[in-house]
Amino acid sequence: MERVPILKIGDILLVSIQVDMSDQTAVALQEDLAERIVATGCHGVIIDITALDIVDSFVGRMLSTIASISRVLDAETVVVGMRPAVAITLVELGLSLNGIRTALNVERGMELIAIERADDDHDEPDDDPVPEPTASP
Amino acid sequence: MALSADESVRLGELLTSRAEPVTQRWTETIARQLRGRLSQAELVRQVQELHRAMVDALSKGAVDLNAEEATELRAVLAEFSRGQARQGFSATETATGVFALKEALLSTLKADQSVETLRDYVAFSAFVDQMGLFTFETFVRTRESLIADQAEQLLELSTPVVKLWEGVVAVPLVGTLDSARAQVVMERLLQTLVDTGSPYAIIDITGVPAVDTQVAQHILKTVVAARLMGADCIISGIRPQIAQTIVALGIEFGDIATKASLADALRHVLRLTGVETSRRQSRREA
Repeated sequence: MERVPILKIGDILLVSIQVDMSDQTAVALQEDLAERIVATGCHGVIIDITALDIVDSFVGRMLSTIASISRVLDAETVVVGMRPAVAITLVELGLSLNGIRTALNVERGMELIAIERADDDHDEPDDDPVPEPTASP
Repeated sequence: MALSADESVRLGELLTSRAEPVTQRWTETIARQLRGRLSQAELVRQVQELHRAMVDALSKGAVDLNAEEATELRAVLAEFSRGQARQGFSATETATGVFALKEALLSTLKADQSVETLRDYVAFSAFVDQMGLFTFETFVRTRESLIADQAEQLLELSTPVVKLWEGVVAVPLVGTLDSARAQVVMERLLQTLVDTGSPYAIIDITGVPAVDTQVAQHILKTVVAARLMGADCIISGIRPQIAQTIVALGIEFGDIATKASLADALRHVLRLTGVETSRRQSRREA
């Protein structure tokens, strides 16, 4: 079975999905990722789907699950590199990937996570609603 | 209905022997309805060319317009009706150009009134009808290809994506948005977002004459797709009437930012990205 590699860059875990996702690969990725988040204490997860030609409801649900798991472990998830054709298909299918942050590329994703962390550090005590996604200058 | 072999020969002979009066009458009939939109010399040339092609085809023994021998006649007819279509003549005018031949033939036949002549005339007339229908078809085909070309040109022409600022692109939409155009706009915008790595896009609808639920749907889809990719869209250029229509139709833009003008939208984006603008003392005052 193929495993998806998880790379650690600073405070962020980078997952680049390059293979077709099957049930087993997805479950393995979720387990590996949860373990790595706990082991490294990282606060950001970037999932790069540049190589994916097709994102169906299965992959969409997997992304949502990963985002939820990460959130429980206090890590922010950003999906990056979605292709235009994929985005159009998702919209036509009516899937909106609720609760998932997106960014155009890995660089922007890292900036987004950095901003989120900075915001969280500022107003830690507040039980604040999720702020508007804002990009850096 | 095909001509019999000797009918074809007789029509050929008739056209040859009465060439002068037939072409003259033919030209006159066409000239009457065109009312000087085509020069007399051009008209005479066209009629003579048609006449020559007919005589040619008939002398070779063509009994039908689809026959092998009539290939050149078909080419001449096609050329004639293409020319008419390009110059903006109506379909009726083009077809009448051919049907006028009947009148010309009739006037040359009038003198003798035997049953034979009548039968011949009916046969000739069927042949001319075929020619007319062929002209008609070519005319319509030419027009259709013209329209298709224009639609394609319009599609290419009308969807530019421009860069307004570092990380900000804009699509000024001009003209009615149908599904095909919306698709092109959507694809081009999303591709530009990826290529330039811009996290902000402004969709300017100043040039869209009317916004109905379908147009709104297309715009919303584009915005949602851009969001999925990690870019934010702002809709600008909403004219007062359009704002009223949007509310009357109950279209919800949700949390998508809408601005009255492109300038407002740009200012909004610049504020989000943290760019500050300030006014220097203008040179005129100094």
